[in-house]
Amino acid sequence: MNLLPWTIYVSFAGSFLALVAGARSAAAARWTALATAVAATTLTFLAARDFVPGSSLQTLVNVPWIAGLGVNYHLAVDGISLTLLVLTGLAATAGILFSWNIEERPGEFFALFLALIGGVYGVFLSADVFVLFVFYEIAIVPKYFLIAIWGSTNREYGAMKLVLYSFAGSSLVLAGMIWAYAAGGATGFGLAQLAEAAVHLPFPEQVAVFALLFTGFATLAGMFPLHTWAPTGHVAAPTAASMLLAGVVMKLGAYGCLRVAMPLFPDAFLYCQPVIAWLAVVGIVYAGCIALVQEDFKFVIGYSSVSHMGFVLLGLAAATPLALAGAVLQMFSHGVIAGLLFAVVGRMVYERTHTRRLADLKAMPLHRLLPFAAVIFVVAGLASLGLPGFSGFPAELSILIGTWQENPLWAVVAALGIIVAGAFTLRVIQVSFFGTTNLAAIAAAGNHPLPPITRAEKAGALLLIAATLYVGLKPDVLLDWIVPALQSPVFQAVMKGGNP
Amino acid sequence: MSTPYGELLIALRPEICLVGGALAVLAVDLPKNSRSAQTRLHLSVALGLLALAAAYAWGLNAGVPGPLFGGVLSLDMLGQATRAGVLGLAVLTLGITAGTSRLRHPAELVAMILLATAGFTLMAVAQQLLLAFLALESASLSLYVLAGFDKTRPESAEAGLKYFLFGGVSAAFLLFGFSLIYGLTGSIELPVISTQLALTGPSPLLVVALVMILVGFGYKAAAAPFHLWAPDVYEGAPASSAALIASASKLAGLALFVRLLWPGFGAASGSLAGAAGWLPVVVMISAASILLGNFAALAQRNVRRLLAYSAIAHAGALLIGVIAAGLIGPGALYYYALTYGLATVGAFGVIAVVERSGRCQDITDLAGLRARSPLLAGCLFVFVLSLAGIPPLAGFVGKFVVFTGALQMDGISSSAGWLAVLAIAMSAVALYYYLIILKQALVVPAKDTTPIKVPAPAALALLSAAALIVLFGLWPSLLLGLFQ
Repeated sequence: MNLLPWTIYVSFAGSFLALVAGARSAAAARWTALATAVAATTLTFLAARDFVPGSSLQTLVNVPWIAGLGVNYHLAVDGISLTLLVLTGLAATAGILFSWNIEERPGEFFALFLALIGGVYGVFLSADVFVLFVFYEIAIVPKYFLIAIWGSTNREYGAMKLVLYSFAGSSLVLAGMIWAYAAGGATGFGLAQLAEAAVHLPFPEQVAVFALLFTGFATLAGMFPLHTWAPTGHVAAPTAASMLLAGVVMKLGAYGCLRVAMPLFPDAFLYCQPVIAWLAVVGIVYAGCIALVQEDFKFVIGYSSVSHMGFVLLGLAAATPLALAGAVLQMFSHGVIAGLLFAVVGRMVYERTHTRRLADLKAMPLHRLLPFAAVIFVVAGLASLGLPGFSGFPAELSILIGTWQENPLWAVVAALGIIVAGAFTLRVIQVSFFGTTNLAAIAAAGNHPLPPITRAEKAGALLLIAATLYVGLKPDVLLDWIVPALQSPVFQAVMKGGNP
Repeated sequence: MSTPYGELLIALRPEICLVGGALAVLAVDLPKNSRSAQTRLHLSVALGLLALAAAYAWGLNAGVPGPLFGGVLSLDMLGQATRAGVLGLAVLTLGITAGTSRLRHPAELVAMILLATAGFTLMAVAQQLLLAFLALESASLSLYVLAGFDKTRPESAEAGLKYFLFGGVSAAFLLFGFSLIYGLTGSIELPVISTQLALTGPSPLLVVALVMILVGFGYKAAAAPFHLWAPDVYEGAPASSAALIASASKLAGLALFVRLLWPGFGAASGSLAGAAGWLPVVVMISAASILLGNFAALAQRNVRRLLAYSAIAHAGALLIGVIAAGLIGPGALYYYALTYGLATVGAFGVIAVVERSGRCQDITDLAGLRARSPLLAGCLFVFVLSLAGIPPLAGFVGKFVVFTGALQMDGISSSAGWLAVLAIAMSAVALYYYLIILKQALVVPAKDTTPIKVPAPAALALLSAAALIVLFGLWPSLLLGLFQ
């Protein structure tokens, strides 16, 4: 188990090495980055093999850090964090494979990419809120540069908007955690210590602090109406960054809600539950409807991410055992599928056709020009709309059933979102890849071939497809980790309002 | 009472070293021979570093901790740590000066820096109103000269004059406040003043005196509404002078005033709930600085003016540290002020080096810095993100400890709590303008792609500043532990 903290250190070390290697050649930087990501993923899998699912956080490291504040460098893992660590490893590896063609400032690109990954690993492993916050902010800053330097459409605007939203969210979190610590007279920033202190706050203050923490984290998870940074940011970002942003970084927000905000203030959470649930439901349907009318291929995927993250938030808000397990599974599932979708749109299609306008793509016989991309996109699209056999199905089903147990109305409205998701996914598949019925154009496709799909792209796509299929067919591999973790007393307190 | 002059000599060894060093350095410019300005610069910086090193070596064990020479000086942890911090910041300033100065009389510049530093070290330990005022003035007079040192640029003269006029007026306010305090309590010694104030309680005259003193303090800390000098001075002064004004001067000033306000006038602090005293006034000054600094910085196109408004915003946060010092002691404030100083010295150092090969006034003058000098761009990245308060850099921990202390005072319901929340909210605004700087340096392509050569002393100073920011950020207990 003590391999897991090394995922953080390996990533940061790799970040530095990639910067040095990038000064020599782009290939050196790429291979360094890939080796780092694979090493971190391997460490996660090795640790997962020995992982004994349990209902408590298993401490990996716990040493005093800032004595005066009672901050400990405390890393721990349970089934929920392990699931997300696996996701991070997969998304990072695939992301690097899909950035194989980065030629501009490659050292800096991979250095920032790996620094972001290191921060993400750190967040998922932190059991001390201060440590979690530090890693959370480390993950924010590289995003600006990744988008502003290597991005596309309107990149400086998108980068600034995304980073300011994230940072504003984290400011709320910072205010909330200091408030809970100071006003509750906590002895430290450990999750347990803060939870003890939180009880001492009067109820209105509990609600206020919970609102700060939850809103702060949920901003990063793309909760309606604070989601507007997500589509613009994801569209502006380079492919690997979109994959990581939608795939993993949005999960940081949801993870923060689940790990910090809800267990610290279970009563306040139950008080705010309907508001959160309705915001999530509205987000699902609203973002889905917007995705339906987008003219830019990548914006469709950007809004679909917001819609799918709405399911995660709905699962958290419903807070029944089934819904929470589904929410964690959905975090994994959406991380993989969104990564795939962004990879197809950003790397396979856009970098070859240089357009993302659906009207332009419609005129091209893309299924003939890029058959591999077409297959992958159809598979990913089906996975995204929740077809049985893919990871999205057990996840969204668990969330809907779990939500029904809590409040059928939420489940019914959210289920409308699934229909909308089906509509916009099928529309975009049809228009983008199979748009033209002009037989002459199809026949002429061979005359103007696009650059073929590279081996790195194929490897990345197959890796992610394998992950979504494997978890879709055998969700128990993850649920066997997640469900025991939800048995812990802190989550039981959150769930006590739900039906057993 | 026999006067223990021997004790005084030992306690003042750092100042003696610095003044001696300054006089020795002055001699470098004296001979009318053919030595070039460059040689004289290096010679005088070497002498200056020697003096600072000697001051540091002797300063740290300068006699027994505690009050000294009849309570005129106090060699407590705050005093000694501030002395060490000020000396360190002066070393960095000298390193930058050595690499960048093109002035005709470099030795005089170094001598003024040493004299100012002597003033700072004395401010750090002064525990008596008269000495405090003298130390403040000797530091300020050197700084006025430093601000106007570049005789080739009218902006520098303007900066010097503005700084002098503002400084003179605020010194008059401060002295008037001190004299009223003397009239009220019959003493200029802080411990006596403290007991006297506790006995007499609040009076209208006391409020007048406190407000006068806070005017002086607000000026020194560049807090709104006494901040007007800062943008002009930061813009016009030579970069190394601006670095010293923005860093060491602030650290020493805060140490002096936190000693004055809490141990001295603690009885007249009033309360956060609004009872008359200096505390509610400081709260107002702090809030005004945070709001004005951050919003005004958004509109800046000149990088030095931007740093000035960011300094005003930081002054607001530092004042929160002054307020919180009443509960958690001066450790958090010291940490914040020192690490802020490191980042500012560094930022001005980068500007100074860029200026060697062209203009560096507008933010766009930094465009493409990473292609012109990766070292400068990397260091600037660390300094600016530390100013923005991004972990794991020291700027984050500084804000964190200060805000935590403020919220611990009376929870969210008190004005200190609201102030901390305001400052946290404003940090998101601040990130915008800090990213604008980094965008020019790291994202935008260069207009002029000539590489910038970084002179060795400046490179060393910048790298040490960046390394210290990372080090203190990762191990904050190195500094915070001193005060526990």
